[in-house]
Amino acid sequence: MTTAAIDVQGLRKSYREKVVLDNVDLTVSAGTVTALLGPNGAGKTTTVHILSTLVRPDGGTALVNGCDVMRDHDGVRAAIGLTGQFSAVDTLLTGEENLMLMARLRHLGPRRSKARVAELLEQFDLVDAARKPLATYSGGMQRRLDLAMTLVATPSVIFLDEPTTGLDPRSRHTMWDIVRGLVADGTTVLLTTQHLEEADELAHRIAVLDGGRIVAEGTPEELKRLVPGGHIRLRFGSAAALDTASRLFAGSAIESSAASGSPTDRSALDEAALALTVPSDGGVGALRTILDRLDAAGLDVDDLSIHTPDLDDVFFALTGRADKKGSES
Amino acid sequence: MTTITAARPATGTARQSHVVADSVTMLRRNLLHLVRYPGLTVFTIGGPVVFLLLFVYVFGGTLGAGLPGVDAAGGREAYLAYVMPGILLITIAGSAGGAATTVSMDMTQGITARFRSMAISRAAVLTGHVLGNTIQALIAIVVVLAVGLLIGFRPTADAAEWLAAAAMLTLISYAISWLAVGMGMQAKSVETASNLPFLLIFLPFLGSGFVPTGSMPAWMEWFAQYQPFTPFIETLRGLLLGTPLGWYPVLAIGWCVVIAVAGYVWSMLIYERKSVR
Repeated sequence: MTTAAIDVQGLRKSYREKVVLDNVDLTVSAGTVTALLGPNGAGKTTTVHILSTLVRPDGGTALVNGCDVMRDHDGVRAAIGLTGQFSAVDTLLTGEENLMLMARLRHLGPRRSKARVAELLEQFDLVDAARKPLATYSGGMQRRLDLAMTLVATPSVIFLDEPTTGLDPRSRHTMWDIVRGLVADGTTVLLTTQHLEEADELAHRIAVLDGGRIVAEGTPEELKRLVPGGHIRLRFGSAAALDTASRLFAGSAIESSAASGSPTDRSALDEAALALTVPSDGGVGALRTILDRLDAAGLDVDDLSIHTPDLDDVFFALTGRADKKGSES
Repeated sequence: MTTITAARPATGTARQSHVVADSVTMLRRNLLHLVRYPGLTVFTIGGPVVFLLLFVYVFGGTLGAGLPGVDAAGGREAYLAYVMPGILLITIAGSAGGAATTVSMDMTQGITARFRSMAISRAAVLTGHVLGNTIQALIAIVVVLAVGLLIGFRPTADAAEWLAAAAMLTLISYAISWLAVGMGMQAKSVETASNLPFLLIFLPFLGSGFVPTGSMPAWMEWFAQYQPFTPFIETLRGLLLGTPLGWYPVLAIGWCVVIAVAGYVWSMLIYERKSVR
């Protein structure tokens, strides 16, 4: 990638005394997906609003498709599509009328407008509902229409502000497929999300935003490497077996290769669940070692699960909320 | 997402020529709203009709008898003729309330943020509202006027005077619509937006709409003479009923220009300034 579709340097924004963005740097290569990950109030939406010319920043520079968001509003607006957190559809019109409205505002001309609207209705599975008022649409349908409206003029950079918030799992997967399709066509996507799974699924790069600062940035793999958390969890049928096993693995971390030093703590015991957590990278070698040892000791295992570090671990570690994660797993 | 058929939107100077096209697109949107949700139109018609019937049948006999040169017997009929221009102005003022509410509601919707993030003419979104509301006001005027004719309103106007009256009503509606859009933009909440234009409904009362200004206390007469609704009403009265026009048409057109320009500048300033959330 030679060109950056989005290039943000030292972006700052405050509302009165409250600092919302504090020196944010962000680069998104053309044709890639970057996820802006962060808790509520981290500044995700403000960033998107600045990049889509809706909010004026206090300082720093931001280029979208080479156009300055402060000086060249129209240049930016012509290149982008925005699907906000709050549904940006006209609820008094039908789905088709909403799309036609966008096509007219993009000056596609009557014939191309009709063709494009028909195409989008088809793509987004809205043909049956096309002539129905929006009041009859489900949340997922409205969101699909919302995104379809953004895509009428095939913008080269798309901002998706929490595109799947409030959607059921199926609609969420549909949305993900749509985003993947966009990227396959060469569109640049900046998406904000609170869902770590979503960032992991879609993004080439992830920037973790917390309290108005980028606290980490990299590929999902790079971020996962930042924190420990991989382990194998063994559940036993009796307290006696658990006790034996805990002595068996006391103080050890099982690794598949000698090279990878484990950053994790020692084995941990959960007596109520009769479970033992053995730190591990989750590789086949490590698994074999564990099974061999259990076999040698004649221990039966009720249940075995492998946990590799996920973005949850990263997120909570980076945003200083590790305590929540601990109680969940 | 297999094909990219649509072209990138036009940029630069080519866009300037889209102001009219965008305004038409937005007007089309507002008209669709009117058709889909006729409730607001019905309300803007119902109010003035009730006023008309109230003032003609309840107050008309007494008020008419008090008009200069009218005897007690012909009071109600004379008052119908006298009050009709004022009722038409009430119709326009009432439709402004609808416009302010609609605009205020529209501003809270995500669709407006979408418009703002698109390369479309800034004025188009507001022009759509203004033209839509002007058309709605004219529809209401036609219906209210029809009710007036039905109950015995007999204007003396010839074709040219009718045309001039229609033009005057359109111009006033257009100007007041810009003011209403400004009110809708300015209001912090939809509730405030729906209340602000009620001030406009009072203006025909504080002018020559319902009683001759000569019958008011001196300070109020002064206000009544110099506020915009008096020349509006007197111009309509002159055109429809043949009362002396004098300088009223010039004053009325002048006021329309001032109100429209002020409303336009006001609305555009707020539209630019108001950021999303």
